[in-house]
Amino acid sequence: MSAGAAPHEVKSLRDFVPFILNELKPRGKIFTPFNIISVPVMLLGAVLIAYRMIMGLGSVTNLSQDFPWGMWIGFDVMTGVAFAGGAYVLTFVVYILRVEKYHPIIRATVLNGFLAYVFYAGALVIDLGRPWHIFNPVIGNKFGLSSVLFLVAWHFLLYMTAEFIEISPAFAEWLGWKRVRKILSSLTLGAVVFGITLSTLHQSGLGALFMMAKGKIHPLWYTQFIPILFFVSSIFAGLSLVIFEGTISHKVFRDQLDDEHRTSHNDILIGLAKGCAGAMFAYFFLKILIFMHGRHWEYLHTAWGLWYLVEIIGLVLIPCYLFLRGAMYKNLTAIRIAAIMTIVGIIINRLNYSVIAFKWYIPLPAHYVPHWMEIVTTLAIVFAEIWVFRWIVNRMPILRKPPAWAAEE
Amino acid sequence: MDRRKFLKSLGAGMLGAAGTALTAGKSKAAEIVGDSGKEFKGVLVDTTRCIGCQSCEEACAVAHDLPVPDIGDESVFEQQRDTSTTQLTVVNRYEAEKGEIFVKKQCMHCGQPGCVAACLVKAMQKRVDGPVTWDTNCMGCRYCMVSCPFDIPKFEYNSWNPKIVKCDLCWERLQEGEIPACVEACPTETLLFGTRRDLVEEARRRIYREPEKYVNYIYGENEVGGTSWIYLSAVPFEQIGFKTDLGTVAYPEYSTGFLYSVPIVLILWPAFLMGLSYLTRREEEKEKKENKR
Repeated sequence: MSAGAAPHEVKSLRDFVPFILNELKPRGKIFTPFNIISVPVMLLGAVLIAYRMIMGLGSVTNLSQDFPWGMWIGFDVMTGVAFAGGAYVLTFVVYILRVEKYHPIIRATVLNGFLAYVFYAGALVIDLGRPWHIFNPVIGNKFGLSSVLFLVAWHFLLYMTAEFIEISPAFAEWLGWKRVRKILSSLTLGAVVFGITLSTLHQSGLGALFMMAKGKIHPLWYTQFIPILFFVSSIFAGLSLVIFEGTISHKVFRDQLDDEHRTSHNDILIGLAKGCAGAMFAYFFLKILIFMHGRHWEYLHTAWGLWYLVEIIGLVLIPCYLFLRGAMYKNLTAIRIAAIMTIVGIIINRLNYSVIAFKWYIPLPAHYVPHWMEIVTTLAIVFAEIWVFRWIVNRMPILRKPPAWAAEE
Repeated sequence: MDRRKFLKSLGAGMLGAAGTALTAGKSKAAEIVGDSGKEFKGVLVDTTRCIGCQSCEEACAVAHDLPVPDIGDESVFEQQRDTSTTQLTVVNRYEAEKGEIFVKKQCMHCGQPGCVAACLVKAMQKRVDGPVTWDTNCMGCRYCMVSCPFDIPKFEYNSWNPKIVKCDLCWERLQEGEIPACVEACPTETLLFGTRRDLVEEARRRIYREPEKYVNYIYGENEVGGTSWIYLSAVPFEQIGFKTDLGTVAYPEYSTGFLYSVPIVLILWPAFLMGLSYLTRREEEKEKKENKR
């Protein structure tokens, strides 16, 4: 189906089944480099997940009694959710502040955020020891009301619903359901308001999880302000990923874009870079304040101090400057480099809390390092998300404009 | 169901996590009495009396259907041992300034446990008489392990149906009016079972009576808000494997600041966002009108 899709409506189940079957067929070239790499990784990942379910977590992970959380929590959940932050930031800009400039990328961003939650927060299922009890806090097989994790779990669930509502008009357009689309569109603003509120709380909530790990996280990282740091950093983490993903999408899904969108794209990236720079400067300032109050000068000339400086100078302050410079001189390369540096910085930051600076007093080799099988499983999940993203973008009006009948309303 | 419980579940049902913060932080220092008003039970460990016979380890294994260790084997003391999924308590030997000292290790049964505050399904519970126990509605997230200041909960990594394993202060035996198996088995009266208030008094009495024998400190009296197991020692506690930098704040207190802010954000954010949205819409409409002219 090309961008100018024929208007059709899936009316009944009899229409629905052949329509879906037809849509499930692969489009485009099959033997692309991405497919050749991703398919074996995903198959291996599936085997490893099955093996883990039968033999227990110890069979594929390097988790131990000292390191109960590893890469699956530290990278998949902590980092994946931070990167999904672009969705709440951009819905705020587009639907609350009504800055039309960013409208062309809103659907791709929300879809990406939604899929990130489904896949990366969904990766939690394989990390849970007893995943068949995952709905206990929802169905009330005891509400652990004093738990930060209880809050995070509920907010994940509610936020996924909110994001689904935000993206659902695209699904309705795909199926040609005019009335359903009208109803779903009318829910958007409510879902956005609800979604931003939930995001504020669970982005910071992920940080608040570590409050009770006092004494286990290196003093340079442990502070009572972890929740605020997690929230502020999710803003530029999300925006950097939007820049990164947008850059790739523009090459891969070129045929989906109209000329208007293509020309405005650079302008959008520059705007996002300004947003990143602002949020990063605020974050850096907070970090400095916290450092001053913490009075941890003595740690600065240890290896940990150096690692800390790499994170806040090398992967926050420098990309912040690059974003600013890139936005001033309209230098897109600088902006893209800054986005990649920021992404690396966020990965390191979240891993510091959950894995690297966690129990820093336990040196290698007793310290946790992910097993190769954990890394393969993570890659498999990332690839699966990209597959679903690609499948949807190729079929639904995500990057391209909505069908004419939808635009009229 | 009393009114407080009713409101708690109502809060959970209606607002999901919003209820959390409203009921979370009942601040209480060095807790010895539970919600029920019943005093917590605990154990006083007088490390000056322990001879390292490991009878407690044996009795514990028998009481919990775990593999019974060979307690004649003294080679186990050559290295520091940790509790594990098959050993809920272990005795370690330390070389301190006053010679060999044996220290029993198990769950401290905190007055306000981090693990209980961490659990999102209340699988970890502080029972009315003091024990911290684990239940099977656990989903295996291991947040209790992250939140325990003493790293006590242990997870069965090599099982498809893993449990969190830890000392439960022989909760089932307590129900039947018995005392914990380890206390019953101890031949030297190193372990003393009783209400925590009595145990602290007894510990003080021993220190006053023999000030040269003991360091003037009761470990667990104030650590992390007070624990149900408390320790006496002849040497400073850092020499015999205790964490002495834990502070006296109960661990759940560290997350109450965040939890308190939740209802504030949940109420203020939507109001603020809706207001902002209303303003920008009016601006947009104004612009449109002007354009028409």
